[in-house]
Amino acid sequence: MPLLVLQRLVSTIPVLLVVAVVVFLMLRVSGDPAAIIAGDTATSAQIEAVRQAFGFDRPIWEQFLAWIGQVLQGDLGESLFTGLPVTTLIAQRIEPTLMLALTTIVFSVLVAVPLGVLAAWRSGTWIDRAVMVFAVLGFSVPVFVLGYGFMYVFSIELRLLPVQGYTSPFEDFGAFAQGIILPTLTLSCIYVALIARITRASVLETLNEDYIRTARAKGQVERTVLFRHALRNAAVPIVTVIGLGVALLIGGVVVTESVFNIPGLGRLVVDAITRRDYPIIQGLILFFALIYVVLNLMIDLAYTMLDPRIRY
Amino acid sequence: MTAIVEKRAETAVARGDAPEPAPAAPAAPPAGFAGTLKRYPLAAIAALVLAIIGLSAIFAPLVGTTDPTALNPAARLQGASAAHWLGTDHLGRDVWSRLVYGARVSVVVGLAVAALAVVVGLVIGLFTGFIRWLDPIVMRVMDGLMAIPGILLAIALVSVSGASLVTVIAAIVVPEVPRVVRLVRSVVLSVREEPYVEAAVSVGTPLPKLLWRHVLPNCVPPLIVQATYVAASAMLTEAILSFLGAGTPPIVPSWGNMVAEGRLLFQIAPMNLLYPGIALAITILAVNILGDALRDRLDPKLAKRVGQR
Repeated sequence: MPLLVLQRLVSTIPVLLVVAVVVFLMLRVSGDPAAIIAGDTATSAQIEAVRQAFGFDRPIWEQFLAWIGQVLQGDLGESLFTGLPVTTLIAQRIEPTLMLALTTIVFSVLVAVPLGVLAAWRSGTWIDRAVMVFAVLGFSVPVFVLGYGFMYVFSIELRLLPVQGYTSPFEDFGAFAQGIILPTLTLSCIYVALIARITRASVLETLNEDYIRTARAKGQVERTVLFRHALRNAAVPIVTVIGLGVALLIGGVVVTESVFNIPGLGRLVVDAITRRDYPIIQGLILFFALIYVVLNLMIDLAYTMLDPRIRY
Repeated sequence: MTAIVEKRAETAVARGDAPEPAPAAPAAPPAGFAGTLKRYPLAAIAALVLAIIGLSAIFAPLVGTTDPTALNPAARLQGASAAHWLGTDHLGRDVWSRLVYGARVSVVVGLAVAALAVVVGLVIGLFTGFIRWLDPIVMRVMDGLMAIPGILLAIALVSVSGASLVTVIAAIVVPEVPRVVRLVRSVVLSVREEPYVEAAVSVGTPLPKLLWRHVLPNCVPPLIVQATYVAASAMLTEAILSFLGAGTPPIVPSWGNMVAEGRLLFQIAPMNLLYPGIALAITILAVNILGDALRDRLDPKLAKRVGQR
């Protein structure tokens, strides 16, 4: 078994390598990277200086090896604008993003899984249809529309919640809780839709199994049948989708943080775009991709706990 | 085992809750147009909505619009009136005109990205599914591309290559291609073992002809469904890119740009942000509903399962 876990670990290396190559080549495919970094107003001497400083005059494979060597040592380069290491910037900005991601995942799972089970249990009824309509809606309403819609209703019209901003829970938990409600609702919508759909489909399938009939026949309470027997056996696709959906979540975080003015990693990316601060963009893409791959690897390995039939 | 689970969940992500891509799905028997309308009333409404949006985008100058970029600072932030059906924005531009012309950008991006992603993904998927040594290499590249969150990849591509409609379309196509490749490949892998394909191989049918005649027709139904989802997601991504300042140039009246501009004065004139947002939501909703109906229609396995219930 440990050998197969190792195999699974090794299989992520080519994926990460591809990510690294894509991120590395991004700057090169669109012309002279030195000119891009030096900016629109740079003279040819300045561009030459940048080329020397960044080593763009060396062969491309040599540049790649040098760069990947740095990355493997945890060095993602420095911001062109502030000169601070990208890793430092990520460390400074990670807390709000992490908090928002956590509240969103917890909230989404708590809402979506029961909704999906309910829809499957009462499949074909209006409850089922309402959940499915919501699932399509959740997929269709753009994150920023939802965010501004919530803001309009709850902050501007009803004046119940703060409009924008973020407070650390370690400073003032009350303010944190108030401020995180709308961003969490906004970001959760698509995630709830996704998880509820999969839960419904997956539970619907297990409800046809013989062991469900057996459980009911022996007089098991319906709630236990649903959650112990059906949901547990339907868990693998649900958990898989929670992991894969993190990609959606990361995209949504970037937008949600802009809407609600939360100083997290998403805002760091957006600010880097406006300033054309490429090391930050590259570093963050690499960072997010790494998180995505590692998270899904962990979920993969966790299948053995959810479903003893799966063996590595 | 994990591979199966992964494949399943992934198609589930790509196509909503469909259980499996319909392998070797023969085209559903044609039914009357009226019958289809009756069975999918929601889809009929969605199609109608899309037709209205499409037509008003094409005939934008004829539907009560003025120049969407004409500034009129004296008449800024006005409410709805006979002259300005939806009022004016912070520069005195007519919101209705901008909304209608903005539909052009969304429609063009949606159609172009769907077409490009499907064609590119189809070609890669067909060959990678059939050429065994190519398969692991291509699939690792696709895995890598899929590990990068699509919006971030698109943002990065636009920011290095400069903002224009063409770069935006290209930047949105890149993250969509792997999904199409995986779908096509999964169809190819199952079709490859079919007796009629083996027969074609054994009589020496050249690979391109084999793919074209025997494999491609099986890919069409799931691809049509996938194309609608790609179009919906492309319109969404385009708007998000514009919203974040990495999309179509600000002078272009697109829904994303309108939302981005509406942010500045959201507390004073929230409707200037909400109109394009709602237009976008309705369009994407209509495309998704149409996609779901197409999926039910073109996936006989699923239709049968739903029918049993």
